Amino acid sequence: MSATINPAPSKAPPDAKTPSRTTIHRPKASWFSAQYKLAPYVFVSPFILLFAIFGVYPIVKSILLAFYATNGPKNQVFVGLSNFHYMFHDPDFWTAVTNTGTFALWSVFLQLPLSLGLALLLNQKWLRGQNFLRLAFFSPNLLGQVFVGVLFSQLFMVHYGLVNRILNALAPGVFSLDTKWLSDPTYVMPAIVLTSLWLYCGFNMIYFLAGLQAVDRELYEAALVDGAGPWRQFLHITLPGIKPIAVFVLVTSTIGSFQLFELPYLLLGGAGPKNSGLTVVMYLYQNGFQTGDLGYASAVGWTLAIGVLFISLIQMRITGAWKGTKG
Amino acid sequence: MSKSIGSNFARVMIAMLLIVCALITLTPIVWLVAATLKNPDDIFHYTFFPPIRALTLDNFRDLFHLTHFGRFMVNSVFTTGATVLVQLFFSSLAGFALAKYEFKGKSAVTGLMLATLMLPASVTMAPLYDLLYHMHMVDQYAGIIVPGAVSVFGIFLFRQAIVQVPDELLQAARLDGCSEFRIYWDIVMPVSRPMIGAFCLMSFMGAWNSFLWPQIILHHDNLFTVPIGLNQLLGVYSSKYGMLMAGTLVGVLPVAALFMLLQKEFVAGLTSGAVKG
Repeated sequence: MSATINPAPSKAPPDAKTPSRTTIHRPKASWFSAQYKLAPYVFVSPFILLFAIFGVYPIVKSILLAFYATNGPKNQVFVGLSNFHYMFHDPDFWTAVTNTGTFALWSVFLQLPLSLGLALLLNQKWLRGQNFLRLAFFSPNLLGQVFVGVLFSQLFMVHYGLVNRILNALAPGVFSLDTKWLSDPTYVMPAIVLTSLWLYCGFNMIYFLAGLQAVDRELYEAALVDGAGPWRQFLHITLPGIKPIAVFVLVTSTIGSFQLFELPYLLLGGAGPKNSGLTVVMYLYQNGFQTGDLGYASAVGWTLAIGVLFISLIQMRITGAWKGTKG
Repeated sequence: MSKSIGSNFARVMIAMLLIVCALITLTPIVWLVAATLKNPDDIFHYTFFPPIRALTLDNFRDLFHLTHFGRFMVNSVFTTGATVLVQLFFSSLAGFALAKYEFKGKSAVTGLMLATLMLPASVTMAPLYDLLYHMHMVDQYAGIIVPGAVSVFGIFLFRQAIVQVPDELLQAARLDGCSEFRIYWDIVMPVSRPMIGAFCLMSFMGAWNSFLWPQIILHHDNLFTVPIGLNQLLGVYSSKYGMLMAGTLVGVLPVAALFMLLQKEFVAGLTSGAVKG
């Protein structure tokens, strides 16, 4: 891609030939200019058509639908705000919000720092086998949430499961072989967090690594001359240097956390004991699609969307303020 | 970070830590492979691999003989393949138009697309189901492929890649009498090869691993894709661990194989959207 960096390449059009060529094509000239003018419209139209039908229309419709109660796609009755009223008075909804929020907090405050730590460790010039390590850390991502859910439902098994066996071997006094990761409500969230840690740490690490490799190395040399230690280098060079990518990872992984569904659904075979693994999207699926109330599903969907948008805005506000104090 | 923490001791510690982390990461995958090769009676008897004489392929045989897993694979290959191809064609064509032409309504279209990118899919699931029900696409492959053909993310990815193609190259082709579609097909697409690789892999992973939407749309198990088929098997054969693990392993192989093929492009494409940030 090096040629694309310089927008004025040496490849000049063959001037000597062009006049004769255009004269040869003279009879076709009107067709030629017409297809040039029409081209962009033709190129975007298949997309625009699909986008209008399957992208824009459902969004508009979902706003309306949120004020209807439906029984399957056939029967729809206008109910005003009662979908929202019911939702905000449904304890299950609040359980789902609490679980999803807890999961998002763990993602941001445990998973992201660990990903960054891993990237920092890996970003060493002298290190051999970097590609292998990077591939190893990224490999869980190839499985996807569904398959990881199925796999870990076996790993977390009581007594025989690999997780219990390893933890029990490492610290027999602390971890019992019979820890009920998936059937004791206390352990369900930790099980989900651990699984997602295994799944996404390497994924976020790739982003942080790309950010770290873009930081100007001369800055570190200058800092060494000034006698700044590793911690101050990290605080004053690394963190500001990776800030754009860090904000990107923070916002996207928070948004992703609030969409959590497949992982607990497959891991627990549903919402888990006492709804301890119920997430907002799972609530939407159960109360919207399994019962056939599409109006209610829309209401839950919009509540989630607005909540997530609000949180993203706060995050961008906070990280923007951080930039202010730095300068 | 150079010599200050680059002492030999620190280096050994860092290397050890990384190796331990890598081992922890790989352990479940190794266990998965081992579990598929064990007899049902042995699965918890040996932590990982059994002795060679106890190895068996029965789990794979059961998977394809007792269940419709073969059918699930065919369904997944078809719906995923179709989704990727359609997405690739429409996204790159529209991305090209947005990158290299001025036309009426361009900024309006771009703005509208950006706005929809911010909405999670869960918002539109209900009305989309409603729409597909009236279009008779529920419980059809089309119900997965057609709405999945729109990839706003893909358009932005391609627009960003194609903007970097020099205008002079396109202009020279025009002077040679190239039609606009031939410019797209013979110049823009070959030049964007790395982005095509990255996009195909991301799009493939997304479609292959997709669970919620197929679960909503597909009702008959002869149409099931691998993820929802596996979920069904989980309920029916809950005690056949080895067979379920075989299904998991076979189910992730296509993505893994494609990843090995397109690894370089993938990492480049993954971060290209973020660096601008």
